[in-house]
Amino acid sequence: MTHITITQIMFCVLSLIAITSAALLIFSKSPIHSVLYLIVTFFAIAGHYILLNAQFLAVVHVIVYAGAIMVLFLFVIMMLNLNKETETHKPMWIQLMAVLAGGAMLVTLVGVLKGAEQMNLKQANDVNIGLVNNLGLVLFNDFLVPFELSSILFLAAMVGSVMLGKKTIS
Amino acid sequence: MSAIQIIPLNWYVTLSAILFALGVLGVLYRRNAIIILMCIELMLNAVTLLLVAFSAHHSDPTAQVFVFFIMAVAAAEVAVGLAILMMIYRNTKSIDIDILNKLKG
Repeated sequence: MTHITITQIMFCVLSLIAITSAALLIFSKSPIHSVLYLIVTFFAIAGHYILLNAQFLAVVHVIVYAGAIMVLFLFVIMMLNLNKETETHKPMWIQLMAVLAGGAMLVTLVGVLKGAEQMNLKQANDVNIGLVNNLGLVLFNDFLVPFELSSILFLAAMVGSVMLGKKTIS
Repeated sequence: MSAIQIIPLNWYVTLSAILFALGVLGVLYRRNAIIILMCIELMLNAVTLLLVAFSAHHSDPTAQVFVFFIMAVAAAEVAVGLAILMMIYRNTKSIDIDILNKLKG
């Protein structure tokens, strides 16, 4: 492919934003900044979903992550008053070993998954699989029982977090 | 023209591998428990991005339903995890994970 299309440019820009903000998340000093970089990463990943024609998942991703999970993180950080850079860091050699382990894992993953494009891919002819209409049919025909079970999971999570958050359990 | 015809699958594989490795690096690198939870979210997102890429390339909507369930489980996990963090902070006045080594024996 000689010429570069606009989709490829968008892929590269979104990937760059995602990787840069993920790195800044890890290495930033204050937890508030980490949460803000995490929001940027999530929006970049939502952009990737839109590029892949998964519009429903992109919308749900923005609502769930940027709307619910980030508010929880920010709420806890502000409630614990953690925004005063008093955090102690691990010793230097442990940090060095962490970077080495992460790099070795990246090399291993890329090396293992290198041949993924040679798999026998079916020609992608249906571009509408990510729309609400199609996904709703699949969700409520084939996955109805897991869908209802996930509501029980949410109920259990709600009861559990309320119980953990209480000061005294009488 | 969508990304499915233009962008090869191994680009997405590489991007997801990089994001996942960054998440692992964050878990190993930091001592702040909230940042470790965020890095777990980052790893989950790398996996879901790869699932969506494979789903689009295979024209199979099942993987996108899986991603939907992963998001539901991630939301529940964050709620319970942050409640546990609040309890740890109330007991130890800190969220440094290196303090929590009583189970080491």
